[in-house]
Amino acid sequence: MSTDSHTSHAIAPKTGHDDGHGHGDGHPVSTFKGYMTGFVLSVILTAIPFWLVMSGALDSKTATAVAILAIGAVQIVVHMIYFLHMTPSSEGGWTLMALIFTVVMVVITLTGSLWVMYHLNTNMMPMDPSQLP
Amino acid sequence: MASVTADASAAEAGSANEQPVFYVTDEHEHAEGGSTQLGFWLYLMSDCLVFAVLFATYGVLGGSFAAGPSPKDLFDLPLVALNTTMLLLSSITYGFAVLEMQKNRVSPMLLWLAITGLFGAAFLGIELFEFTHMILEGATPQRSAFLSSFFTLVGTHGLHVTFGIIWMITLIVQVRMFGLTDANKRRLLCLSMFWHFLDVVWIGVFTFVYLMGVLR
Repeated sequence: MSTDSHTSHAIAPKTGHDDGHGHGDGHPVSTFKGYMTGFVLSVILTAIPFWLVMSGALDSKTATAVAILAIGAVQIVVHMIYFLHMTPSSEGGWTLMALIFTVVMVVITLTGSLWVMYHLNTNMMPMDPSQLP
Repeated sequence: MASVTADASAAEAGSANEQPVFYVTDEHEHAEGGSTQLGFWLYLMSDCLVFAVLFATYGVLGGSFAAGPSPKDLFDLPLVALNTTMLLLSSITYGFAVLEMQKNRVSPMLLWLAITGLFGAAFLGIELFEFTHMILEGATPQRSAFLSSFFTLVGTHGLHVTFGIIWMITLIVQVRMFGLTDANKRRLLCLSMFWHFLDVVWIGVFTFVYLMGVLR
């Protein structure tokens, strides 16, 4: 923080936040084209997984599961960009920082829980009465 | 106005040739509501963690049927597809409301907002129909760990949608009374983030709960 930016700020306090304080304008610009792109992509990305599961187009269940999870992840990114107007520069990058932190926490929570509880289930549960000591 | 005070030590030294050290005693000015968007985003991220925990719970308990009904017996995919369509349509109509708001056109904005609310209500109606149908079949939250975690996760999302609709009605009244003031625009943009965020969570729900459940 230089004293310069503060002086200019004090002289013209109404100029807003364009003086390098690190917050963006706060008003994301939305366009009709952006919303329609997001909507069309989103419809396609919703229809494909429903079709995959309901028609059983892929023979392997694992392949179908991987496909719908991947498509779901892509659709989340589409929504983030076109509907939530996420850009690396919005709010001076702080929204992206918060998002990255949250994604890390979500991944740890999900994979951690599933991993630990899966092993707890397989390793600690007696399979049938004959295996009991 | 930020008041600037000479550093005490520099003042005591009293040497006129040396550059005095300045610092700002007051917080510099912020436009009113300038940080609301970021603050609301942080709230959404914390909400995201709530849903992450509920998803993890469902992921762990989703296979414990206790000899009760499984997702295959319960879930009606065409109904879920219809539900998803309602939420997707409400997302794009909210987008149109934001576009009208940017052009400062009050009546079309209110119309799109009302349509969004109706789509949201349709989503809730279908979800409640599904829930009552399941409960009448005996698939209550008490039946198995799978059903407890299912109702908690999907119910929490539904509760969020309910509050979104209440918020939407409140904003329709606000805009009708006071017009598209800066404060109302800010609130509309916050609700926009909230609404689209719920759509993002729903993507997780229909992929992870419904589609994967039927697939299992």
